[in-house]
Amino acid sequence: MSTIPGLERPAPVPNELTQPFWDACNERRLVLQNCTSCERLHYPPTQRCNRCGSGDNLQWQEVEGKGHIDVYMVIRDSRIRGFRSAQPINFAVITLDEDPGINFLSNLPGTPPGEVPVGAPVELIFEETSNGQLVHEWQVVA
Amino acid sequence: MVSNTGWMRNREGMGVWEHRGKVALVGWGQSHMDRRWDGVALDRSCGGLTKEACLKAIADAGLSLDDIDGLITSPETRAEQTWAPRPYFDPPYDTEDGLTKTSAEWIQRELGLKNVKYFNSDAPYIGPMMGLAAQAVGDGLCETALVWYPMVNLEGRYGHNNPQNNNQEAPGASAFTLPWGYQNGAMFNNLVVFQQYCQKYGKSHDGLAPLCLNLRRNGLMTPWGYYALYEPYQLTREDYLNGRVIEEPLVIYDCDRPVNTCAAFIFTTAERAKDLRQKPVYVLNHAQNNGTGRSTMATLEEHQEAVASLARKMWEGSGLGPDDVDIFNPYDGYLTFTQQFLEGFQWHGVKWGEAHDFYAEDIRVEGPHPFLSSGGNNGTGRNRAVLFSDSIEQLRGTAGPRQVTVRAETALAGCNTPDSCGFLMMSKHPS
Repeated sequence: MSTIPGLERPAPVPNELTQPFWDACNERRLVLQNCTSCERLHYPPTQRCNRCGSGDNLQWQEVEGKGHIDVYMVIRDSRIRGFRSAQPINFAVITLDEDPGINFLSNLPGTPPGEVPVGAPVELIFEETSNGQLVHEWQVVA
Repeated sequence: MVSNTGWMRNREGMGVWEHRGKVALVGWGQSHMDRRWDGVALDRSCGGLTKEACLKAIADAGLSLDDIDGLITSPETRAEQTWAPRPYFDPPYDTEDGLTKTSAEWIQRELGLKNVKYFNSDAPYIGPMMGLAAQAVGDGLCETALVWYPMVNLEGRYGHNNPQNNNQEAPGASAFTLPWGYQNGAMFNNLVVFQQYCQKYGKSHDGLAPLCLNLRRNGLMTPWGYYALYEPYQLTREDYLNGRVIEEPLVIYDCDRPVNTCAAFIFTTAERAKDLRQKPVYVLNHAQNNGTGRSTMATLEEHQEAVASLARKMWEGSGLGPDDVDIFNPYDGYLTFTQQFLEGFQWHGVKWGEAHDFYAEDIRVEGPHPFLSSGGNNGTGRNRAVLFSDSIEQLRGTAGPRQVTVRAETALAGCNTPDSCGFLMMSKHPS
């Protein structure tokens, strides 16, 4: 389960497109699609490169898993059932160091709600969801 | 031709709109507004309110039922709180049609419309739908279109009964957002962009207070609106700053209030409009955005480019420019994104990063910068149609206590968000 008290994350349901991504998460690896023609990363997974429009050159590529905190807010009145027992809880946007145009969501486990160091470096961790599927998360570098 | 999104003016370089000044808005009707449908009174159901709004719009235009030959509506009524399974009522309330939406066929049957040749019950939400209606009339798919937009709010806390929010699984695209608490709709991504905006320009959430207070003030001058009807008092700055926090820094007063209501409009040709009861409000152009960001969350830069592009499309198609727009009613469903439209269209010379300073000036309807003279959705409840109906009233000169004192010959209105929206340019004059 999540290291954030009370949090029951909904579990991602893989499909044909996203199965490699979620399988890699279960191996504690973060892989993104790279268009080998454009040398452009994509996240979330997509059928076609958002630059050249081709789906022929998208290949999964492991990334290092280092990023920075862009902005954040604090969820205090969630409509999502699994989050209501965890409020207040951080909701941050993380940019990937290898390509800051790629961003991820994070609840920043280990960072008290509202005490988010904007601009700080973060590193990749993984957390369990309701059915055991791992998801990628981010933690402030100590 | 109107089909899927092929009718949209969502690209730059399309030139002047081919029907510029040849289509007019000639009628408007607003139904009663309730906070929620009580599940009992059928005349206050989605179908009941739609009938009320449509009949008012037809009467406002001075038309008869037989004059209507086009019916256009949207199923995007935001009736998120599904009740199924539930007992239905006697016909015509024996399906969802009439309860959580009102189709063109339902209205044709209930109003006894005999001459309809164009039906469209699958239009997008009201922003692009108004453009679709103008295009349909311009293209000759119908001569006189009845267009309505219901907003439905049923029992229970808003969004809490939405199946997606109660599911322990996150299918499809939600797999990359829901496990971190992202909620569908305009709130989250636009709050992220707002935080980026504040960071970039050195602004803060309290800079929205003057906008909120003025919208409530304008809304209290809109007699059919939620606050004029049910909570007829002005907010204070202290109220706003101490508002219940939803997602910090967003407070309850930043959010438009879900309501149960319907608005209807009549579009016809400029030729037909000449002899009708109301002064025509001509359509000079419509434009849409339907882009997405590169990654999980769209960014400030992406939203700013989206509205800048929307503005370029609007200027190109209408032949007008920023200095020509008198009335400006962009969407305000969450106050955190409205500034993007203000700055992107450069209304009254507002540039990137200047919206909060502009809000702190005189934006009252009596003043020199009557921004969102409608009171918006923040000031009247989430009906979305008020952006268009106030524009019509201002150009007609019938906005009553909200009537602006500056020139009111052109109006620009639209919704929803910077990256997904439809706007309409209106004018007292066809050219």
